[in-house]
Amino acid sequence: MQRFLLKHKNKIALIGGVLIALSFLVRWTIGNMFLFEILMIAASVLGAAPIAIMAFQSLRIKVVSIDVLVTIAVTGAFVIKNYEEAAIVTFLFLFGAYLEQRTLNKTRSAIKELAEMAPESALKLMENGEFEEVDVDEVDIGDVLLVKTGAKVPVDGTVVLGEGSVNEASITGESLPVAKEKGSKVFAGTILDNGTIQIVADRVGEDTTFGRIIELVEEAQDSKSQAERFIDRFSKYYTPFVLVLAFVVGLVTRNVELAITILVLGCPGALVIGVPVSNVAGIGNGARHGVLFKGSEVISDFSRLDTMVFDKTGTLTVGNPSVMEKEYYGENVEEVLSYLASVEKESDHPLAKAVLEHIGEVETFSVENTGVVKGEGIIATVNGRRIAVGNVALMEREKVHLDDRMRADIDRFEKNGNSLVLTAVDEELKVLMGVRDKIRPDVKKDLDSLKRLKVKNLVMLSGDNQGTVDLVAKELRLTEARGNMLPEDKSEYVKDIIDKGQIVAFVGDGVNDSPSLALAHVGIAMGSGTDVAIETSDVVLMNSDFGRLPHALGLSKAITRNMRQNIFIAIGVVIVLLVSVLFSDWMNMSIGMFVHEASILAVILNGMRLLRYRLRR
Amino acid sequence: MKSATIQLETLACPSCMQKIDKAVKSVDGVDKESVNVMFNASKVKLQFDPEKTTIDNITDSIGKIGYEVKKSVVR
Repeated sequence: MQRFLLKHKNKIALIGGVLIALSFLVRWTIGNMFLFEILMIAASVLGAAPIAIMAFQSLRIKVVSIDVLVTIAVTGAFVIKNYEEAAIVTFLFLFGAYLEQRTLNKTRSAIKELAEMAPESALKLMENGEFEEVDVDEVDIGDVLLVKTGAKVPVDGTVVLGEGSVNEASITGESLPVAKEKGSKVFAGTILDNGTIQIVADRVGEDTTFGRIIELVEEAQDSKSQAERFIDRFSKYYTPFVLVLAFVVGLVTRNVELAITILVLGCPGALVIGVPVSNVAGIGNGARHGVLFKGSEVISDFSRLDTMVFDKTGTLTVGNPSVMEKEYYGENVEEVLSYLASVEKESDHPLAKAVLEHIGEVETFSVENTGVVKGEGIIATVNGRRIAVGNVALMEREKVHLDDRMRADIDRFEKNGNSLVLTAVDEELKVLMGVRDKIRPDVKKDLDSLKRLKVKNLVMLSGDNQGTVDLVAKELRLTEARGNMLPEDKSEYVKDIIDKGQIVAFVGDGVNDSPSLALAHVGIAMGSGTDVAIETSDVVLMNSDFGRLPHALGLSKAITRNMRQNIFIAIGVVIVLLVSVLFSDWMNMSIGMFVHEASILAVILNGMRLLRYRLRR
Repeated sequence: MKSATIQLETLACPSCMQKIDKAVKSVDGVDKESVNVMFNASKVKLQFDPEKTTIDNITDSIGKIGYEVKKSVVR
């Protein structure tokens, strides 16, 4: 019976509403006051039943909930024979609860959509060599799974057979097809747009990147900010306080009407729900756009940011150096490139990697008499010819003649921030290459957006030499740039500006900057779903997408603003209600309940606006 | 000790959390420290001693105070 009533409280609200409408109809048309009151009594008894049950249950575990206040108020209204008020209050309370649930579901929809993308079944290779559909919980690490076109990848794994393209929107927020072939990693929750692949499971269930994202987001949306904890404590004592107040007022004034009105007005509604609603909608918006906030506390810090500190390599720049400029001297370019590739293949120097990547597939020869000159380059013999690959110092050692044009080129390349790779064949310079790390596309635009969002200082810290760092800083119009910084220098710097009273965010790739990420008020990891990044940071930019940063900052500001508005609405309503019950005579229980429910809906609807937040460019 | 994740019907009022929290903690065998009622996710996470109680006991305590349990996973 109890469960039945609680389960159908929405229908009860509806029936109550119909009864109330009917009774008014009776009163205005045939003017039968007896029938009017009978209908009102029916509506209030029906409506009060589920509320009273909830009140009883919470009293049993020693909680004075809103239901308790409302039940007493309705009982009071019954005692003084005000059936009309009793009916309307119960109806409004139940109907309001229904609307609350509906709208709250909306604010949670972003995260729910995400959770619903979780894969449910998998095609697993069984012992008989056939693929069979099993529940995703039954997949273990090492199992071989078949993924067909249009299906969800069930676990994190590695492709062992076949190829195809995958939509990774569920974990990166970017719905571009990503090509996968043998050896590629695939992630649970992503969708195979075309092709058929077989994968071997590396991580399953909640350990998959997707599973961890869901868990993180769910925990974040329920993490409490300082303001929220305060409100929680407040409302714990507030409700019993209202009860006592109403009782005392009733005793002193002997005015039951006034006492029960206070009970209804005192319901804490908008205040308790206003802040979490802003959080949920905001964090949901972030999750949809590739920004993971790991809690609500961090959102408040983030929104008040003074300084943003960036790691250079891998954050502002792509992170792998490549050949950006080149000059050839003399004929037989192809032959020289073959010699160069042959020599560089022997080396594991980062510059050699960039050079090889740039040359691509060419014929290579066997290399003899390889000698490495430390800090300068390599000298070797290929096809009987003496090949020197290295910097200017090596060329001077080899007595390679550099004419005016070559010297001008070298100067220009250096000025552009390149490291130089010179190639000489039999003591004649043939190729000059400039290698440098590329700045991520659109970084400049994003940094400008950050400035417009009132970040005062943009600082870059890097292990590179000051010259290179200065060039990047100038191009990106940064406030400050420091080179030759070791990881501990970076964290020292962050600590320093925090001590100076600034609110600091550190943006890094989470690999060697974990101390700085942890120290800063807001640690922002450019994570392509790597464990370290997810663990150590407060905010994760999925898929290492720097372009999410302005959205993340703008969103955190919008969330904070939204929360303040909600607190303002909630407190404003309470003040207006209190003043009007004391100083005016138009306030009664029904209006009080109506305003109470309306203010709850107002804060929820206001919070919902965050779901649609987008950064204006 | 086993850990359980219980998915509830959508929670709408914060006082529901208090109720569920107390109801679950009153079950003998549930580790009180571990109980976490997540309002927005409408989930309860907790640890319990399988020798003292069962998951059905725990979900029953929630059902008794009027909240529907949709799914429970024990690991």
